[in-house]
Amino acid sequence: MAKKSIVLFALMALVGAGLWAADKVVLNALFMKQAGFSEEDITAGTKDFMDKNPGIQVNLTFVAYEELEQKILTAAAAGGYDVVLSDGPFTAKFAKGGIVKEIPPLAAADKADIFPGALDACEYLGKYWGMPWINDVRYLFYNKKMLQQAGFKNPPATLDEMIAQAKALKAKKIVEYPIVLPWNQAETLTCDFTTITALFGGAMAKDGKPTLYNDANKKALDWMVAAIKQGLVNPKSITYGEDDINGVFAGGNAAFMFNWTYAYGVTNDPSQSKVVGDVGIAMIPGNGKVKSATVNGGQPLSIASGSKHPNEAWAYILYMTGKDFQRAHPTNSLPIWRSLYDDPNVVKSNPDVVKVAKTQYDYIVNRPKVPYYSAFSSMLQVKIQEALLGRKSADQALKEAQTEGEALAQ
Amino acid sequence: MHRVVPQPARGRGRGGEGDLSEQGFAFLLLSPAALLIVVVVLVPLIITFVYTLTDMNLLSDTKGRFMGLANYGAVLGSSWFWESLGRTLYFTFVSLILEVGLGLLFALLLAGSFPGVGALRALVILPWAIPTNVSGALWKWILHPDYGALNALLSWLGLIKEYQAWLGQPWLAMNMVILADVWKMAPYSAIFFLAALQFINRSLYEAARIDGAGVFRRFRYVTFPHLVPTLLVVVVMRSMEKFKAFDLFYIMTKGGPANGTKVLTYDAYLRGFDNLDYSAAATISYVIAFLVLAFTIVYLRLGRQEDIHD
Amino acid sequence: MTRARGPGARRRGFTVFQCAMGALVLVFVMAPFVWLFISSLSERRDLISVPLHFPPGRMSFARYAAVFGPGGEEIARAFKYALFNSLIVASLVTVIGLVVGALASYAFARLRFALKEKLLYALLFTYMIPPIVIVLPLYVAINALGLLDKKVTLVFLYLSMTIPFIVWVMRNYFGSISRSYEEAALIDGCSRLQTLRYIYVPMARPGLIATGILAFLLSWDEFFFSLIFTSSLAAKTIPVAIAEFTGKNTVDYGMITTGGVIASIPPLLIAIFFQKYIVMGMTGGGNKE
Repeated sequence: MAKKSIVLFALMALVGAGLWAADKVVLNALFMKQAGFSEEDITAGTKDFMDKNPGIQVNLTFVAYEELEQKILTAAAAGGYDVVLSDGPFTAKFAKGGIVKEIPPLAAADKADIFPGALDACEYLGKYWGMPWINDVRYLFYNKKMLQQAGFKNPPATLDEMIAQAKALKAKKIVEYPIVLPWNQAETLTCDFTTITALFGGAMAKDGKPTLYNDANKKALDWMVAAIKQGLVNPKSITYGEDDINGVFAGGNAAFMFNWTYAYGVTNDPSQSKVVGDVGIAMIPGNGKVKSATVNGGQPLSIASGSKHPNEAWAYILYMTGKDFQRAHPTNSLPIWRSLYDDPNVVKSNPDVVKVAKTQYDYIVNRPKVPYYSAFSSMLQVKIQEALLGRKSADQALKEAQTEGEALAQ
Repeated sequence: MHRVVPQPARGRGRGGEGDLSEQGFAFLLLSPAALLIVVVVLVPLIITFVYTLTDMNLLSDTKGRFMGLANYGAVLGSSWFWESLGRTLYFTFVSLILEVGLGLLFALLLAGSFPGVGALRALVILPWAIPTNVSGALWKWILHPDYGALNALLSWLGLIKEYQAWLGQPWLAMNMVILADVWKMAPYSAIFFLAALQFINRSLYEAARIDGAGVFRRFRYVTFPHLVPTLLVVVVMRSMEKFKAFDLFYIMTKGGPANGTKVLTYDAYLRGFDNLDYSAAATISYVIAFLVLAFTIVYLRLGRQEDIHD
Repeated sequence: MTRARGPGARRRGFTVFQCAMGALVLVFVMAPFVWLFISSLSERRDLISVPLHFPPGRMSFARYAAVFGPGGEEIARAFKYALFNSLIVASLVTVIGLVVGALASYAFARLRFALKEKLLYALLFTYMIPPIVIVLPLYVAINALGLLDKKVTLVFLYLSMTIPFIVWVMRNYFGSISRSYEEAALIDGCSRLQTLRYIYVPMARPGLIATGILAFLLSWDEFFFSLIFTSSLAAKTIPVAIAEFTGKNTVDYGMITTGGVIASIPPLLIAIFFQKYIVMGMTGGGNKE
């Protein structure tokens, strides 16, 4: 008798477990390592989400940033992942290629609280294809001590001021090449070009068509070429990436640089920096009517088109991009919500950066939203470098870029 | 293959007599391998071929449409294809010449006898042993524009005034990838040549020496003729491998700078995984496959010739 | 030019020349390795100092401790799992490949059957195909079967690359074993399978070891399929793990070189201790002894 009831009980438990397991929705989420929110942050947040939503289980996968695109492409249509971490430049491509789904409409109050530039990165052809999650832009970093030595109390507010300060620093022999910029032939160059063309009132594409060959862009490229020629921008910038310019700045060999948020931590790290404590962060200087501009390096969370549980995926995305999660983990990525910038937890995580970020985010510029962005960016990098190296005039370089860009747009 | 296998008079074993059971047995033995290859290679190969006949460009408005041979026309008619092919051929031939040349020199040295040659023979294979991805990353590190050991060394020796960006110029980057490939594979070729050298009859050298032939003449009239078969095999085999090269380019240069190292395989990868143009990727892959087929046929013909020579 | 001295002196001069050349070759071959190892031991500060200090100031095995010991950074400890995955996959591929390959190559070497030549060429052709040609449909299929990110998937994929190679090389080995052994055994009443097991395999053992080693090295080296088909510690192999030390903005050369050293140790040990077999495997394909 006892045996029978044990068997019966076991059977019921099994069926119950089966039913319970069958009810549980399993989501697969793809994130990246080494940048943005840390793996610990994401795991903690996910666990919290699962506690609040017992019917959903989320499996996390972390891959190198380089592999992100390839994994999304190979998995998305086939449903290998439900939630994927995308990147701004991918939006147009993924939208057109049917790789990600459109997101459900946002509440108006929410929409108003998100920095418009960040939201804009997820928009294509009037629809939204992801929710902003990692927030990152480039800032002006400056060496406070060097500026003081040259008699400047404040960092430059305009490009002209920056050039003037740089000239003074060079003349006073405080530093040989005052400005160092990440102009390597890689995506980083397109990022800076986005910033600088915006500062001159130009844009690289409009309505999906390239608009490279115009006065504003020419002025921007001319400015870049001249800055190198005058010895104000380190000529090796053409081979430097973001990491390299950190090395130069942290070694005390530059007074100004444009870089992402993470550079603040790196240049203040005693184990690898000689300028700890002298690092200042400010908004990218403006130019003429443009108060400031900075390229968007943020990354959205998207729903994969092959997902079988888009509703649950959206719930997870709402949680991870939501105020609770972002307030709790501001160290590695500042929030997308304007209202959180006065939150004490956020402010105390990095007071200097938060102060600047609050206002810098109003001047976010997005890279061209075209489906052929990768090829476009690669081509543009080559042309810009040719101009920077003096092999072509800025005019010629942009003209060719426009022609080739139009060919890509076919 | 012309000898006749005598049929056993009385066979108690299975499959001992009759052609049919021999065939059956053969197919039995072959089946696991055949099944694996058919499933993993042949079926995808056919599917990819179908891709080359359809519009599989995820960004195109005519996705899914049957295109016939139009994809091939588009690819073969595009200048970027021929440019990539040119780069691939440059890489293949230059690194082949360097690898075979260096390998031959190594082999000639290692065939000699001097103190330490035994240890050297054991050590020389090390570059080949380390995985390609490690050697790629290692060379990328050595060639780093700011922290690289090559810059440090050359500058310390006074050979360069300024640190160079070895992977920063298209043509230079390609040659640096060749350097990395040659460093790793010259020992591999050297081993082939060394084995062949060791088969050459010593007395031939003695005879040549008695006849008054110097080092170079001995090489030209004794060594080289005996090396030719191995040389041919190595050349064709290594060319095939180099034509398919991908890993080094992914790790060291990602096809840049300015497409300077974008070889065919990498071009196919980018078109598929970056531009979402799967049909272009598939088409390029098939062109590569056809060229590889051509190489394979040459390789087999050479192999048959070698059989005849022996 | 001084008058030529006796042949003895010329020989000695030549030996000195050979030694000098040998030293050059040694430097060419070993210098990058040495740098790899030293970099893995150097602190980041020394790695990025310009000009480079050689030897670097401080050296320690800290990174290795992080990988193998407790309490290291998560990304370093994860490398241990990649090493483990690589070992398992390579070993399985070697063992299964040898069994399946030996059976098939025996068939090619000793049996007569229809389409033999054609099948052989087809086999060689599949070995020569670059992976990019078949990766897209493979991905769709593997994903549909739920076999993504599994070691067993990698094993099957790598087998498809190594079996043709094993068959091709072992065919020559089996072919070079005198038929009289087999004939004698068959007359004595052995089945073909028994001759395979008791005659061919033992006699071709050096060849099997050699091809086994080469199969192991091939799997250890493979990068592309692992990159595409694995994503987590469940199946990620060493090449992918090393590639992951390159982050979005920063590149950790210290860990890359450390990973590189660790990844190189098994093949290096194999190359040094089994060199005889490797040479045999590479060149034995054409020899008939």
